[in-house]
Amino acid sequence: MHRYANPARFQRLSRAVFPWSAGLTVLFLGLGLWFALFDSPPDYQQGETVRIMYIHVPAAWMALFSYTCVAVASAVLLVWKHPLAELAARAMAPVGASFTAVCLITGSLWGEPMWGTWWVWDARLTSVLVLFFLYLGYIALANAFDDPTRGGRAAAILALVGVVNVPIIKFSVDWWNTLHQPASVMRLGGPSIDPSMLRPLLLMALGFTFYFFTVTLIRIRAEILARRLRALQFAQGAAEPSGIRQVSA
Amino acid sequence: MSSFFAMGGYAAYVWPAYGVAAAVLIGVWIASVRGLRARESEIEAVEAERPRRERR
Repeated sequence: MHRYANPARFQRLSRAVFPWSAGLTVLFLGLGLWFALFDSPPDYQQGETVRIMYIHVPAAWMALFSYTCVAVASAVLLVWKHPLAELAARAMAPVGASFTAVCLITGSLWGEPMWGTWWVWDARLTSVLVLFFLYLGYIALANAFDDPTRGGRAAAILALVGVVNVPIIKFSVDWWNTLHQPASVMRLGGPSIDPSMLRPLLLMALGFTFYFFTVTLIRIRAEILARRLRALQFAQGAAEPSGIRQVSA
Repeated sequence: MSSFFAMGGYAAYVWPAYGVAAAVLIGVWIASVRGLRARESEIEAVEAERPRRERR
């Protein structure tokens, strides 16, 4: 793992991997959308609104997966001080927040026709909203310091404190009485969902996962450059003490 | 064809759901690429100004 702590090595690796990751993103999203919109049946109870599930559920999975990745990167930063860990966590947080927002919005669009309400303060919806705020808090905290490494460390602590929310979200539908339905895929005894619906669900999930991976690569490369820029500007500021050089944050 | 767009009467819910997802995900991708391009040109600008003797 420490081999890729060298930013130049990481840049080379990411440049090699990127086209494949982007291609797989397009492939799986294309296949997923085909099955989601055309080659899958309406639900006997929910009709065509079930097609919202093929966005909503993969987005929810990615929201949890992304936060877990941010938490793992944060732990690696705090324990091993791996230089890229902070940049990776910073890169992934906005993408995870976006998936959470998509999950919440598509959930509301599904809930209004099916439940008769855009929102309810049940355990599942409330804890996912908390997840969204944790993402926003992470991003705000990481950017709140003049010294970005201090911000990264503070945000890492927030990420780890908040990771308890991930199993809470997962088991909320078991531990509390919720309007949100219980698990039909990730459960003991295997998926209870029909294969004709599981197929687009898993394809979209794969597509979202490759999307996350691809966008994270782009964002980590940008974070590496931003950090290098800051170091260069700092060095130039130190080398020209008489110059009126602004060090931008 | 029009029954496909009607989504069984639920078009007002299904299509905005797909639309919001597409807008957000495409938007984040574009913003990320633009951010990377901006950082790349900033780095080029600063490295061009650096004194040549610092080349390691």
